Amino acid sequence: MIEDEDAAAIIPQGFATNLGNGALPALEATDGAGASRESRRWLAMVESVVIPIGALVVSLALFGIFCALAGANPFSVYHSIYRAAFGNWYSFQNTLIRAAPIMLCALCTALPMQLGLVMIGNEGAFVMGGLGAVLVGTTWTSASHMEALIAMAVAGMILGGLWIMSIGSMRLHRGVNEVIAGLLMNYIAIAILNHLVNGPMHDPSSLNKPSSFPIPDANSLGSIPGTRVQFGLVYGIVACIASWFLIKHTTFGLKARIVGGNIRAARLAGLPVGSITLIICFLGGAMAGLGGMAEVAAVQGCASASLAAGYGYAGILVAFVSRQNGLGILFVSILLGGMLASGGMLQRENHLSDAIVIVFQGIVFLTILFSESLYGRFKIFQEKTA
Amino acid sequence: MKFRSLFTASAVAASLLLSLATSRADDGKVKMGFIYVGPKDDYGYNQAHAEGCAAVRALPWVEATEEASVPETTAVQETMQDMIEQDGATVLFPTSFGYFNPYILKLATQYPKVQFFHCGGMWHEGLPNNVGSYFGYIDEAEYICGIVAAETSKSKKIGFIAAKPIPQVLRNINSYTLGAQSVVPNATVQVVFTGDWSLPVKEAEAANSLVDQGCDVLTCHVDSPKVIMITAAKRGVMCTGYHANQSALNPKGYLTGAEWNWSKIYSDYANWIRAGKSLQAGTIPHLVRGGLKDGFCKLSDYGPMVSDKTKADADAAKAKFMAGTMVIYKGPIKDNTGATVVPAGTEEAQQDINLEKMNYLVAGVIGKPN
Repeated sequence: MIEDEDAAAIIPQGFATNLGNGALPALEATDGAGASRESRRWLAMVESVVIPIGALVVSLALFGIFCALAGANPFSVYHSIYRAAFGNWYSFQNTLIRAAPIMLCALCTALPMQLGLVMIGNEGAFVMGGLGAVLVGTTWTSASHMEALIAMAVAGMILGGLWIMSIGSMRLHRGVNEVIAGLLMNYIAIAILNHLVNGPMHDPSSLNKPSSFPIPDANSLGSIPGTRVQFGLVYGIVACIASWFLIKHTTFGLKARIVGGNIRAARLAGLPVGSITLIICFLGGAMAGLGGMAEVAAVQGCASASLAAGYGYAGILVAFVSRQNGLGILFVSILLGGMLASGGMLQRENHLSDAIVIVFQGIVFLTILFSESLYGRFKIFQEKTA
Repeated sequence: MKFRSLFTASAVAASLLLSLATSRADDGKVKMGFIYVGPKDDYGYNQAHAEGCAAVRALPWVEATEEASVPETTAVQETMQDMIEQDGATVLFPTSFGYFNPYILKLATQYPKVQFFHCGGMWHEGLPNNVGSYFGYIDEAEYICGIVAAETSKSKKIGFIAAKPIPQVLRNINSYTLGAQSVVPNATVQVVFTGDWSLPVKEAEAANSLVDQGCDVLTCHVDSPKVIMITAAKRGVMCTGYHANQSALNPKGYLTGAEWNWSKIYSDYANWIRAGKSLQAGTIPHLVRGGLKDGFCKLSDYGPMVSDKTKADADAAKAKFMAGTMVIYKGPIKDNTGATVVPAGTEEAQQDINLEKMNYLVAGVIGKPN
């Protein structure tokens, strides 16, 4: 993976400076080596664009074969997908609506992945974030619109952040496997949600669908003006870009990647592994929590079992497919949003089964994940060693 | 590149098809859209609605589109909007309970000319005028299933697997139990709540556990009874169905079942709309409710294990429902903690508001309502 290669290229330098001045000459690259490094970077970038696109084309072809076997014309299926997901502004909004909550959830896996942690507690953090926002939104009724929104967002981020940080802390201090802990913490979060909306937070007028009291309309986050896309999309885009910048272009991000690259080496180098782990986990959880806040404040208006709609799990998939890259998450979320958006058209126009969207997702994502094994295998992307 | 030719071919085809983009002409048909939360062949809630959709679609002057497995998120808002914008639907039936608030309400204000009919009886004065609710008193059919189950059971223990302890579900369990006790006073109904509408693994576990505890008839209130009916068949016990007809899953042990009859209700709506009636004009009522008599629900045909005497008892109760003389909640009724919930001399008829708020399980039910 490029990121890793980059990190690997940088890590020895980091140690070199730590160990003494003897390594300094290595940093003063000659002009020739600099150009070669430039071209290597450039080739790697091209490779990282061409391979996923190639995988996408292959998966579309495979999906077309599947549709043909299911009795539909593959080309009219492609047309439907295009028309339903990206064809015009109306349908592209549908895609963005579905992508919005997934972006933030994906960061909850992508950020801890920099440390080598496989964090799948997204659904739990999303639910806790939503609960936190509802708690604040329904109790602090004297707040102004802006105060309420900020308070809800902060509450959602803190609860979601602490939720994932607790998983990171269990891993750090007690060696508890974060995958299992994350999975179980999801169940716990959903159980807390169900308990609260059936008990202490229950609005007695919601008889057959137990829900919390609604957030007052005045405090609703609403849609991006002029669109029907919930405002959470803006949060998602900003968060993805900020995460990308944090990881790729700050010393903190570099430190995190060093921890992920080799935790023992990081300790030897004197990096504060513990606090880096907790901060990154908190940030990841805060992103999913913010997603939960946007879902209740902009869409659902209250907390109910519907809050656990599976966005967290979709986020795990997106994080892996986008190779934990913040900018990649932006694009992959929109791709997944488009697939989800096209599901309806495939049913209504092409008379395919409702399961077709899942087949489509499965084929596309498996092909993209498989394509990861192709990096470095095409000669054309390798630097010519003269 | 080896994919080059394929890519070119698909690009050409896509652009060709783009140019063929159609706009639907107005052909005077009633255009309806149906939306389900699960698959159309779940042997349950969604299949019942899909059968209703199939019935109206067969009418030559109806055009019906449908979409299945639409979650209770913004996804359903998008689906509704697509049906309106892309398919020209003017009548929508988003059938899942959780679609109502906020999704239907939001879209209803945006499209005041479209009529939204929601299954669940949640409309009340003050909500958009173009939204209506319909729901049936299917507990009447459950009452009769209780009669059949109790008389046919040998152990007189019935197992009931339910999703959530909400009023609608509690009412089905209670009516079932009262039906059972009307013919076998010492019959018990043991309840297991799974916690959600579709949890096949938990449902199968609950079914096995109830059979292990001596229940020889199983029934349920979950979205898809399929796995419970199959488990009953495997364990060689009897069952009564819910939502749709599941006799094919347990041909020997299926006694009868409480089925929705959406074909009739959807055909009624289609006819009203064809005749120019509408919610907006006040010519279609905002709340449409009813039981066996009004055709909202029906019973599955009796299975091979039901005796003639039982059939006669069940038919007698059904006749009372059809005549409108049957009241299920007739005091005195005690709950299973001993508290009186319907005092002696009180009759709570089906439309009684108290029944909508039910939060108890009647005596004879083993289980807790929360």
